[in-house]
Amino acid sequence: MTSLLHSARRLLVAALSTTLLAAAMVAPAAAADLATIQERGTLRVAVPQDFPPFGSVGTDLQPQGYDIDTAHYLADSMQLDLELVPVTSANRIPFLTTDKVDLVISSLGKNPERAQAIDFSDKYAPFFFGVFRDAKASDQDSIDSLAELSGHTVGVTRGALEDIRLSEVAPEGTTIRRFEDNATTISAFLSGQVELIATGNPVAAQIASRDASREPVLAVKLEDSPCYIGLAKGNPELMARVNELIAQGMADGTFEALSEKWFHAPLPDGFAAGEQG
Amino acid sequence: MTLDFSTLLPYTDELVMGLLVTVMITVAATLLGIAAACALVWFKLNGATPLRVMIQTYIELLRNTPFIVQLFFIFFGLPALGVTLAAWQAALIAMTLNLAAYSTEILRAGVEAIPRGQFEAARVLGLSRRQTWRHVVLVPAMRNIYPALTNQCIIVMLGSAVISQISVNDLTWVANFIASRNFRNFEAYLVVTLIYLALAVGMRQLFRLAGWYWLGGRQGRAL
Repeated sequence: MTSLLHSARRLLVAALSTTLLAAAMVAPAAAADLATIQERGTLRVAVPQDFPPFGSVGTDLQPQGYDIDTAHYLADSMQLDLELVPVTSANRIPFLTTDKVDLVISSLGKNPERAQAIDFSDKYAPFFFGVFRDAKASDQDSIDSLAELSGHTVGVTRGALEDIRLSEVAPEGTTIRRFEDNATTISAFLSGQVELIATGNPVAAQIASRDASREPVLAVKLEDSPCYIGLAKGNPELMARVNELIAQGMADGTFEALSEKWFHAPLPDGFAAGEQG
Repeated sequence: MTLDFSTLLPYTDELVMGLLVTVMITVAATLLGIAAACALVWFKLNGATPLRVMIQTYIELLRNTPFIVQLFFIFFGLPALGVTLAAWQAALIAMTLNLAAYSTEILRAGVEAIPRGQFEAARVLGLSRRQTWRHVVLVPAMRNIYPALTNQCIIVMLGSAVISQISVNDLTWVANFIASRNFRNFEAYLVVTLIYLALAVGMRQLFRLAGWYWLGGRQGRAL
């Protein structure tokens, strides 16, 4: 009898908390639609503050980066003032679901869990892991496929996503040298201790912007995970406008210029054409 | 917490390779380092002044800087001067230089502890300079400092864990590798800790045997 009561109480508690949770999830603060934003005259955008070259704080203490420039481009095109809201990668989606921002432009990748909470625009920024070669070493020019890695030395940060992926696909005869952290891996590449480096394009951009002795250019792409702009669910007008502006920016070279500026590399092949990678 | 050492089984090959790398690089560094120390002590006590100053500078430089910095300088720094060494070469050189610097000082203490009367006795007996150095100086000096030298070599073996940082696939590197692949940190590091313990104990026994063989019966006892 006692246990039956106990079970009943447990069931009640479970039911109650589920209801509360569902209420919290189903009824987010009503998101501002395009008309509300235009009336307000200000576009509120969540941007990263600690993830160069997407978003960081410049020497003039102003936020800068690919995502910040994208936010400026969208706001200017929509003839709105821009309000930048610095977020961390953990709280960028809550900022959107609680209507503190209209858009999240914060190197956001797409996955099914996130797609349940928010909507995604078309992709606007490249993000990928790959093996990079030294643009200045002419003997590496021929490396453009996984098979070509055989006989070469690749440095990678142990345990990172690119390490796991590279370890799976590297051909026989590839020497993978694993280092403790990103900084050591970068040192190994810059000092010439490894011929190639497997890393993400933001890190490659960082190396290219700092050191002139070796310049990483993409040799083989390992994994593609482009970035999308996040919008609150059920906002079709805003979504249409944002996608229209992304398409326009891809066509007129705006994003190509941003890529050259922040990643020191052109957009990947087919990216501007909207090919889903 | 549940322990599951079977998660390490797929990595047996890596563990054995890591053990071999640690053992081989330690043996090589120990032999080269002690040989270098014997030569350096001789030049430090008998060489010309500029040479003695150079040796002393080298010793102070190596004894007063962290090992990991020496290692990084050789591996990451020297390529800027056109000297690019493989990771294992850089590791072997760093360990040898480090051990040689410390054991030169240890050996010097042993040599200086030999009473002057023994040198005079050697001269009276008509021993050559080389014979004197070997039988009257080096072997008795070794006997004096053998436990300290043993400890220094074991310290270098344990310190070799640091070479994993420049991607030498030694025992520590393998432990890090396993932990980053199967996330069984406890099991991976426990096993490797026990291997290091066995290596250190085994090395001490080996030195005891070697001392007994080359330096005469009593030497093992102090260890």
